[in-house]
Amino acid sequence: MATNTQVPAEVRPPGGSQPGRTHRPGRMHWHSRLRQWGPGLLLLSPSLILLAIFVYGLIGWTINLSMQDRHTARPSKGFVGLDNYVNLFANDISDRFVHSLKNLAVFTVVFIGGTLLLGLLWAFLLERGAKAEGVFRTVYLFPMAVSFVASGVVWRWLMNAGTGENAGGINAIFEDLGLGFLENPWWTHPNWGMAAMAMPAIWQLSGYIMALFIAGFRGISHDLREAAYVDGATSYQLYRHVLFPQLTPTVLSALIITGHMSMKMFDLIMSVSGAQWITEVPAVYVWQTLLTSDYAKSAAISVFLLVVVALVIVPYLVHVNRAEKRS
Amino acid sequence: MSTDVATPHLPGEDLVAPPPRQRLVVPGSRNAVVARTVRYALLIFFVLIVLMPLYVLVVTSFKSGREIGVNGQWNLPTEWTFASWTKAWTALGPSFVRTLQLAIPVALISSFIGAANGFVLSRWRFPGADVVFTLILFGMFIPYQAVMIPLREVVVWLGIPSGIPTLIFVHTIYGIPICTLIFRNYYATIVPVEIIEASKVDGAGLLRTFWSIILPISMPGFVVTIIWQFTSSWNDYLFAIFLSNTRNGPITIALNALAGAQSPDYAASMAGALITSLPTLLVYILLGRWFIGGLMAGSVKN
Repeated sequence: MATNTQVPAEVRPPGGSQPGRTHRPGRMHWHSRLRQWGPGLLLLSPSLILLAIFVYGLIGWTINLSMQDRHTARPSKGFVGLDNYVNLFANDISDRFVHSLKNLAVFTVVFIGGTLLLGLLWAFLLERGAKAEGVFRTVYLFPMAVSFVASGVVWRWLMNAGTGENAGGINAIFEDLGLGFLENPWWTHPNWGMAAMAMPAIWQLSGYIMALFIAGFRGISHDLREAAYVDGATSYQLYRHVLFPQLTPTVLSALIITGHMSMKMFDLIMSVSGAQWITEVPAVYVWQTLLTSDYAKSAAISVFLLVVVALVIVPYLVHVNRAEKRS
Repeated sequence: MSTDVATPHLPGEDLVAPPPRQRLVVPGSRNAVVARTVRYALLIFFVLIVLMPLYVLVVTSFKSGREIGVNGQWNLPTEWTFASWTKAWTALGPSFVRTLQLAIPVALISSFIGAANGFVLSRWRFPGADVVFTLILFGMFIPYQAVMIPLREVVVWLGIPSGIPTLIFVHTIYGIPICTLIFRNYYATIVPVEIIEASKVDGAGLLRTFWSIILPISMPGFVVTIIWQFTSSWNDYLFAIFLSNTRNGPITIALNALAGAQSPDYAASMAGALITSLPTLLVYILLGRWFIGGLMAGSVKN
C-alpha cells in the first residue's frame, strides 16, 4: 500500500521497487561477508556516528539533564528523577505549562483541520485536470517556499486587532464590506487566539497537502474509474465510494506531517506575536525557560515534546517499513 | 545501463503525470456548465486569497511613511518609493550574504552524504539495513529542542566558530536523514539491481560502482536534495536563534530584529520580508517541479 500510489508498474525496474538484496542466503565465511557488506557499512559509518551522537546521544544528554536539580547556570545539585516533569504539571506558576499545552491543542486542531480540508478541496478541484492547472498549483503551493519568519511579518499586519474605526488588516476589509460582525481580535483573543494563529500556518501548508492529495488521486488506478463509469455511478458515488476510500493512506501521511509540524511550531509564533503568555506553546516555552538559565526545566519540556512527537512518528515509521516489505 | 536511466522517476512525479480523462457528466449539458463554472470560480477565489498576503507585502513595501496609517491600508501607494527597500537592505544585506555562505555549502555537502548513504541503503545493502534506515529517518522528525541545549555546549567544545560555521555544521548533520531518504528512494526506483550485480561480477568495488555508475545518473536526485537543503537552511529560524545572533546569524534573525520591534516600521519590515523570501521564491519558480519532489519525499512513503 505504500508503493501503489507512487510508482506506476511500467517504470518499476526489474526486480520491483524493493531495494535489491546483494547478499545471498546460505552459509558464508565471515571474511567474505565482511568483503560484501564491509565497504557499504564503512561508507555509511560517518553518518551513523554523527547521527548516533547528535541525535541519540544528545537526546540522552537532554533526558539526563531533565532529571537534574539544575535550575541556574551553576552545575547540577543532584539527580531528582521525574520531579521536573511532575512540577511542570503540578507546580508551574499560573499553570504555565498546562496553558501552553492548551494553546497547542487549539492550534493543532485548527491547523490540521484547516490544511486537510483546504488541501483536499484544492486537490479535488484540480485532480481531473483544469485549464492552467499548473498556474493554480504553483500559486497554491508558493507560500511553502516562504519562511514562517517572513510570512509572520505580513500576517501580523493582516491580523490587526483593531476594530471599528481603528480596524486594520483583514478587519479593515470586513469593515469596508459591511461585515463588521466578523471583526475580531485575532491572536490576541484570550481563549481562541491560537485558532487565529493557525491561519498563517494553514495558508502556508495547504498547498503541500494539496500536492499530496493530487498525487494520491493520480495514483488511483484508472481501471477503478472506468469500472465505476461502466457501472453507471454518478460523480458523487464515484468519489464517495471509490476514490475517497483509496485516499486513506494519503490522509494518514497528511495527518502525520501536519501533526508533527504543529507540535514543533515555533518560528511562526515568534514572528507573529513574539514570546507572549497569550500565544505560548511548549516549543516557545523551552526557549523562554532557557533564557532564564533554568536548564533542567527547559530540558524537561523538550523531552515531553519529543515523546509526544515520537508517539506519532515511531508507529508511522514502523508501519511504512512493514508496508514496504510487503510490497 | 542505457534503458532505465532515461526514465528517472522522482518522488512527486505523479503530479506531473497527465490527469485521468473522465467524462461522467455529458459535456455541454447544463449540469456540466454549472459544475465547470463553480469549479473555476472557486479556484480563482482561492488564488486571490492565497495571493492576498503577497499583495499586502508588495504594496506596503513601496509606500512612504505618511501612507502607513489606518486609512487606505489596502490601497496602492499614491506615491511609489524605494526608501523602505533601501532601509531594509541596509539592515539585511550583511546577513543576506552570510545566509548564502550558509545555505550553499549545506546544500552541497549534505547532498553528497545523502547520495552515498542512499546508495548503500538501497543497492549495497547489509543485514539490518532497514532498521538502520529507520533509525536514521527518525532524526528527521525530532523536535530539535530536544537536542538544542547540549548541542550548544558540544559545538563550543568542538571549537567550531559560532555563527555561520556552527550553523553549516548542524544543518548538514540534521539534513542527512532527509537527503538519505530522497536518494534511497531515487536509487531504488531508477537503478536496476542487475547493473550492480554486473558491476560486481566485473570486479568493481563499492566506491568504483558508486563513482562511475551511480553518480553520473544522480543529477535529478541532487537537484531535489540541493533545493530542499538550500530552502530549509535559508528559512531556518530555530537553529539560528539558539546558535547565532544578529551580528553573525542568518537573515531570518536579522529580519526578526527588523520587524519585531514594539512599533515596527511596516514598510521596511515588508520590504525585508520580500528580500528574505526572494532566493527561495526564485528557486521555487524556476525549479518548482523539483521543489515538489522534495516535498513529496517528506511524506516518507515513496
